[in-house]
Amino acid sequence: MLETLTTFLFGRLSLESFPYHEPIVVATFFAVMLGGIALVAALSYFKLWGYLWKEWFTTVDHKRIGIMYMILGLIMLLRGFADAIMMRAQQAMAFNGSEGYLNSHHFDQVFTAHGVIMIFFVAMPFVTGLMNYVVPLQIGARDVSFPFLNNFSFWMTVGGAVLIMASLFIGEFARTGWLAYPPLSGLEASPDVGVDYYIWALQVAGVGTTLSGINLICTIVKMRAPGMTMMKMPVFTWTSLCTNVLIVASFPILTAVLVLLSLDRYAGTHFFTNDMGGNPMMYVNLIWIWGHPEVYILILPCFGIFSEVTSTFTGKKLFGYTSMVYATVVITILSYLVWLHHFFTMGSGASVNSFFGITTMIISIPTGAKIFNWLFTMYRGRIRFELPMMWTIAFMLTFVLGGMTGVLLAVPPADFVLHNSLFLIAHFHNVIIGGVLFGLFAGIYYWWPKAFGFRLDPFWGKMSFWFWVIGFYFAFMPLYVLGLMGVTRRLRVFEDPSLQIWFQIAAFGAVLIALGIGSFLIQIAVSILKRKQLVDVSGDPWHGRTLEWATSSPPPDYNFAFTPVIHDNDAWWDMKKRGYARPLEGFRPIHMPSNTGTGIILAGLSTALGFALIWHIWWLAAVSFIGLLAVAINHTFNYNRDFHIPVDEVVRTENERTRLLSGQV
Amino acid sequence: MTTTVEAMHGGHAGHDTPRGATPPVFHVTDEHAHEGASTALGFWIYLMSDCLIFAVLFATYGVLGTSYAAGPTPKELFDLKLVALNTSMLLFSSITYGFAMLAMEKGRTAQTQGWLVITLLFGLAFLGIELFEFAHMIHEGAGPWRSAFLSSFFTLVGTHGLHVTFGSVWLVTLMVQVARRGLIPANRRRLMCLSMFWHFLDVIWIGVFTFVYLMGALR
Amino acid sequence: MSRYRAIALLPVMAALSGCNLVVLNPAGDVASQQGDLVVISTLLMLLIIVPVMALTVLFAWRYRQSNNTARYEPDWDHSTQLELVIWAAPLLIIICLGAITWVTTHKLDPYRPLDRIAADKPVPAGAKPLDVQVVALDWKWLFVYPEYGIASVNEMAAPVDRQIRFSLTASTVMNSFYVPALAGMIYTMPGMETKLHAVINEPGTYKGFSSNYSGAGFSHMRFNFLGLSNQDFDGWVSKVKTAGGSLDRNAYLALEKPSEAVPVQHFGTVDPKLFNAVVNMCVRPGTMCMSDMAAIDRAGGLNAGGKAAADAILRANTLAGFPDTQATGLCTVAEAVEAAANSGAVQRPTVTPISASASPAGPQRLANP
Repeated sequence: MLETLTTFLFGRLSLESFPYHEPIVVATFFAVMLGGIALVAALSYFKLWGYLWKEWFTTVDHKRIGIMYMILGLIMLLRGFADAIMMRAQQAMAFNGSEGYLNSHHFDQVFTAHGVIMIFFVAMPFVTGLMNYVVPLQIGARDVSFPFLNNFSFWMTVGGAVLIMASLFIGEFARTGWLAYPPLSGLEASPDVGVDYYIWALQVAGVGTTLSGINLICTIVKMRAPGMTMMKMPVFTWTSLCTNVLIVASFPILTAVLVLLSLDRYAGTHFFTNDMGGNPMMYVNLIWIWGHPEVYILILPCFGIFSEVTSTFTGKKLFGYTSMVYATVVITILSYLVWLHHFFTMGSGASVNSFFGITTMIISIPTGAKIFNWLFTMYRGRIRFELPMMWTIAFMLTFVLGGMTGVLLAVPPADFVLHNSLFLIAHFHNVIIGGVLFGLFAGIYYWWPKAFGFRLDPFWGKMSFWFWVIGFYFAFMPLYVLGLMGVTRRLRVFEDPSLQIWFQIAAFGAVLIALGIGSFLIQIAVSILKRKQLVDVSGDPWHGRTLEWATSSPPPDYNFAFTPVIHDNDAWWDMKKRGYARPLEGFRPIHMPSNTGTGIILAGLSTALGFALIWHIWWLAAVSFIGLLAVAINHTFNYNRDFHIPVDEVVRTENERTRLLSGQV
Repeated sequence: MTTTVEAMHGGHAGHDTPRGATPPVFHVTDEHAHEGASTALGFWIYLMSDCLIFAVLFATYGVLGTSYAAGPTPKELFDLKLVALNTSMLLFSSITYGFAMLAMEKGRTAQTQGWLVITLLFGLAFLGIELFEFAHMIHEGAGPWRSAFLSSFFTLVGTHGLHVTFGSVWLVTLMVQVARRGLIPANRRRLMCLSMFWHFLDVIWIGVFTFVYLMGALR
Repeated sequence: MSRYRAIALLPVMAALSGCNLVVLNPAGDVASQQGDLVVISTLLMLLIIVPVMALTVLFAWRYRQSNNTARYEPDWDHSTQLELVIWAAPLLIIICLGAITWVTTHKLDPYRPLDRIAADKPVPAGAKPLDVQVVALDWKWLFVYPEYGIASVNEMAAPVDRQIRFSLTASTVMNSFYVPALAGMIYTMPGMETKLHAVINEPGTYKGFSSNYSGAGFSHMRFNFLGLSNQDFDGWVSKVKTAGGSLDRNAYLALEKPSEAVPVQHFGTVDPKLFNAVVNMCVRPGTMCMSDMAAIDRAGGLNAGGKAAADAILRANTLAGFPDTQATGLCTVAEAVEAAANSGAVQRPTVTPISASASPAGPQRLANP
């Protein structure tokens, strides 16, 4: 009787689900709890809850949502990196009969969580955050097309992250690798909650990502300032457009394939089972039809960042704007024709393998063209080695290596000996760290003064830069060597003692990267303390070229008091060159969307629904699902979703900027 | 390398021509709020993303549709007459939705509501027949767990059915909203979105009818 | 070929001396060709990578802000000739590499029988390849030698310079069979059969393992691959034979249960139909084989006679404990057909018996999408 009741109330959840017997997890739990309690106490003490709720959680301002995405990415980076350093430590010590300090139950969760978190909850939020912040400013818009949806998308991403973090303390995460191939992720091989956490975290976050993609496409297509034709859009906006097209055209595939996997697990269907006609290889195909475009979703906006940074810090127009745009579009299309290169070793025929190998290589042509375009933008420029430019140079040197090993892996017979090896791991970290992460850092340093009105401290920035770059080479070059020594990925213990030194070098590299992350955090703290010295009142600290630099830093809620009119690719550069005078009068009230709490409530209910489904708590699933419907329907009855910023307030804001600008002269 | 670049560059030295004499306009002073301007595009993009989900389900059915696992086959299970009836329900509902939109264009609230009710009834009839078919199959031992063919069949057809269900809930919501506020621009926009959604489901169903039922019965 | 290898390794030679880059220096002809391809492709790409890196450093240095002597042209942003060059240069490299890819992918297709056993040695006429059936179990490797009627766990041997023809499958989850010194890897998947052709050219003991993560015991899923002279190989075979032990279906079902870090085991005799039963997932008595299931499906289902058949199948399945999500809960073909036939409206489908469906080109090569 009691058992029936507890099963009804808690589903599969029991005291045994809490890993209180695992010292590492318990210590982490207490650290997180202490930190959490301190944070909650501080927020309560300074009476910040109301402010946070009104100004941030319910905001529909693309700038604030962008900043919140970046904070989410940063928090999850710490979690994902903790996983990384645990792996490096385990692999550096598990030799000569030693089992290391992680058993397979833990180690397998750690590498799965590392991959999932770094892709879905670090790289994606960072990329989405930058696009959210920058794109409307670059195209001279007041906000995105669907501001409420933007808020909702953000909180859904947070919901997914919350589920992943919950798996650390309640139950366990998947032990399947980051793509959860069946049959290993099927009910028979993985009967516990790990894979369900994986599925629902990605589904909840995936809804947010897809909607955010739709939102940004509409924004770019519909909300550009007058005069900004497609071929006058800044390159970052172009790459963002392509990325969001990729998101909308690939995330539904992920959603569908995860639905099929969950039907196998929850409803006993036979999509990917070994028996009754199921076909696990179909999962592998489908997930990579999403998965390959996904890597371009991450890298394309970074290509855009490098384009903006190179052109700004060389003080030159971007070389080959048109070919840059076409290269981006070609990459977008080709990224759908290469998925099979992730499993040449499945035994497809030689013709199929060579087709996909060659299409993969073809992608390197537009990518190569881009590299050359940056190179020739530097040519006859005046290069200022500020932090964003330093990251860009580091990217160009690092990324070409990763690109080269990538093309190498696209040769099927070469892939037969390198697939799933540490060489592969080195390759994709080489492009994801050397491309995406370096790009994100370049972007963060570049746009930080825009978002906050002061620059980041250069000393700690340089520390972070050198630790990261040198750390990267120490951490991943040994993995190339280990790959050539025939060492495969995801191994927990090793037999051959001659491998150990390479793993130790890699672990040392990870420590350097940890110092790089530490320096970055110190840099932010130091910069906030020194914000008076680092202040920028001009709104244009780098002699920028695109519209975001035309407004103040941070921009007012409405971005631009008057919508700008564009005549050139480098709109702001053109305006400055032709003696643009900032309007000082004639302001009007500005029409803006209102804040709403519906987004966070819907996302909270979705997260609860996910949690209920993971633990088979059916009553909670039903309640939260009905709640979702009710709140969503109720929201549609609210017709008053906007307001006008009164003209006095616009005048006040603009006069303040006039005062600051004149004070600076 | 450098010298060739220099030579190439020489040809473009005169690229930056002086601009026209009239002072350029750098900002718009007279703005119009264009509320809902992106809604049609946004909703259309959403439909395309939904279409991709169906594409995956169709592809899955294409791969697994003959894996009966020594179980029942389409020939044994599908009752084409019933499916034809079902199809006509959905097609009629699309036509009546079209009439609702025509009435909306003319600003006739009551007529719009009337056609929406009829659309809803057709939609519910479709769902009823589909549920009957599902229940019958499951009763015969041909549930989605029986074989990969049935898994993909139930998922494809069921996902479409779920969409129709949500469309019906949405339809009721909109009818309440039209009743409360009339055919204001916001409501017209919503009716238009639902119209696209409803017709989209029709198109998907034609795919299902052809690809699953007709070809299944012919196989 | 070894010359290419030497050139490529020069810069890193010092750092890597004493460390065994088995992928570039393997002991088998197939792996050797694949290793050479790694080197050739790398060199080909370095043709463009090195200049790009050099130019990056050069431009970054030359056009630094403090260098006032360098030319500065802020509006120069286009050159058709230059753009042609920067699209054409990678294109040329990719055309070369693409051609190499097409040729080598076909030549080194793991499904294709070898035409040579070493660079200068064609396969001797009439030489019979050594057949090895490989099953990736949780978490150990089973090797069956049908020619000799023996089997071993976590140890494999092959005579030097004789073509090996692998047939591979797995019991529950996907693994990948990889002996870096021998040849490239190939996935092993439950319910499917993949193929690999290879040859070992130098005697020795080489590492083999699973290169696709498969669960808790994955790290210990290792075996020694013994490259032996013909004489030693015969010795190994007779050693295994005399070791006794019989791998019949029951022994297999016991062996199949998950276990980690399993020591080497030998079986003197093997059920000759075992591997086929494993591929078709019908080792457990009373389980319908996938090939039979596929044959029924191809015949248009268990019957073409309407609802009665569905009822019959349902009844037959109920006998075997249906609904049960496991295929093992299914009845045998004979039972299903009989139950269906008893309902009166069923034609008996033509079911191919297991033994007859053992052709290598059978339905097993599902791996092709």
